[in-house]
Amino acid sequence: MSGKNYTAGVKEYRATYWDPNYTPRDTDLLACFKVVPQAGVDAEEAAAAVAAESSTGTWTTVWTDLLTDLEHYKGRAYRIEKVPGQADAWFAFVAYPLDLFEEGSVVNVITSLAGNVFGFKAVRSLRLEDVRFPIAYVTTCGGPPHGIQVERDIMNKYGRAMLGCTIKPKLGLSAKNYGRAVYECLRGGLDFTKDDENVNSQPFMRWRQRFDFVAEAVHKAAAETGERKGHYLNVTAPTVEEMYKRAEYAKELRMPIIMHDFLTAGFTAHTSLANWCRANGVLLHVHRALHAVLDRNPNHGIHFRVLTKMLRLSGGDHLHSGTVVGKLEGDREATLGWIDMMRERFVPENRARGIFFDQDWGHMPGLFPVASGGIHVWHMPALVAIFGDDAVFQFGGGTLGHPWGNAAGAAANRVALEACTEARNQGRDVEREGKDILTAAAKHSPELKAAMETWKEIRFEFDTVDKLAAQS
Amino acid sequence: MSKTLKIADYRSSLDDPASRKYGTFSYLPEMDAARLRKQIEHMIAKGWIPAVEHVEAARAGDDYWYMWKLPMFGEKAIDRILAAVAECHEAWPGHLVRLIGYDNIKQSQGFSAVVHRPGG
Repeated sequence: MSGKNYTAGVKEYRATYWDPNYTPRDTDLLACFKVVPQAGVDAEEAAAAVAAESSTGTWTTVWTDLLTDLEHYKGRAYRIEKVPGQADAWFAFVAYPLDLFEEGSVVNVITSLAGNVFGFKAVRSLRLEDVRFPIAYVTTCGGPPHGIQVERDIMNKYGRAMLGCTIKPKLGLSAKNYGRAVYECLRGGLDFTKDDENVNSQPFMRWRQRFDFVAEAVHKAAAETGERKGHYLNVTAPTVEEMYKRAEYAKELRMPIIMHDFLTAGFTAHTSLANWCRANGVLLHVHRALHAVLDRNPNHGIHFRVLTKMLRLSGGDHLHSGTVVGKLEGDREATLGWIDMMRERFVPENRARGIFFDQDWGHMPGLFPVASGGIHVWHMPALVAIFGDDAVFQFGGGTLGHPWGNAAGAAANRVALEACTEARNQGRDVEREGKDILTAAAKHSPELKAAMETWKEIRFEFDTVDKLAAQS
Repeated sequence: MSKTLKIADYRSSLDDPASRKYGTFSYLPEMDAARLRKQIEHMIAKGWIPAVEHVEAARAGDDYWYMWKLPMFGEKAIDRILAAVAECHEAWPGHLVRLIGYDNIKQSQGFSAVVHRPGG
């Protein structure tokens, strides 16, 4: 029942979509955007415009607005804040009623929140900084096919982080030579090896041969060491039908884990694959090609913490997180923020880590963050201190580049990891005492000694570590 | 070029039992009582539940090893935990012996290490 009359024309967005007195409901989906308005557009109008364009609004009044309960369905900009240190930028907080989104569809959420609004004229640039998914929505999504606890039981790995390695050169090896590199890494002591993301099924190495040779490498290394092993077989494919075909064959070969690129393949394909993995008991490693295109510009795009939340809802047992080590303080804090988002049951608002909302994950399992890229044995103390046990550390060059080959490189990393883990359990400050810990471990491991001589010691940033400790 | 950089063979093979590894800490020298004591201290501080298991070396890959009695719920005395490990080893001298710290909150094992290896 509505007593409103229809008046055609363009109204200011704020008249309908700016509501500073609104108190968000527990069931609302909340979003924080960083908005840089166009010259002449004030912050309230820009925030209201974003709320309108990402929910029920369009540029002009339409008579059919009056056939629905707009008060019930519209998104509301309910708060704006100046972005510290950036004169023309504002954080705009928008609340969306739950009814606007299809249950269990991150596709639908991202289409609304990061759709047409990003090309909208009223804003010069726009970045989706954070999203609060109400628990009522979280429970409609499948989430990680297995999660940390189940993966530990499947792989029989406890009380330490896991170790991986991306096989290089990433393009050009024959399937048999590729399998050799996998076998050497795994027999030396790694838990996992990984296909590079752009290894799909090229003419030099078709997927079926890669899967066959890698399967022999995994099974033989497992028999030789007595430990469970896996290789992330990349099933990213040109079509969903082909993706399933590859996943099925990996299962037939009794491979414990496969991999997928969730952004380039798309959330629809990815969510389907996560469901397949849950139904078939195959672990899912998730790579994030394309993420930097979306998340690197500080003023425009989608922050990685949002992509992380989307992935946890869509499904994955591992997700690349960045390594933290050697980066700037701000990056370190932000990274710790999205690592929490992968692993914890509840993540409280924490502006120092760029987290704008409390996020309750309910019963949804957590997933392993994967630290990969440019790391070697000298980084191990920092990685153990920062990530703890529920993580995968991937040393590509840091395994394959060992002067004695992959097996020795793998053993060096495993010895370094176990030595740092033992020292951490003893209550030692592994970052500060890293050199002593590794040097002592190398007395029993010529492989570690050679690795330490091959790569340069890195400097540990004492100030940074102290700040982190104070916050935890 | 330093001496260690001369290429060394990485020895392991299917027919050599010395190539078998047994999970966390099996790439380090076997723990003596002093090192083990510190790990148990950590386990107790975390509130984990100590438990001892054993198995034939050939069945080390199984999910289920033989339990030594029951998990030691509420046990805080390091010496009694070390004594349980020693008792199990004495009763099953040819078996692998593993010490576990069950984390009942995460429904997982926060600590797991083989503390007697065959021949070790």
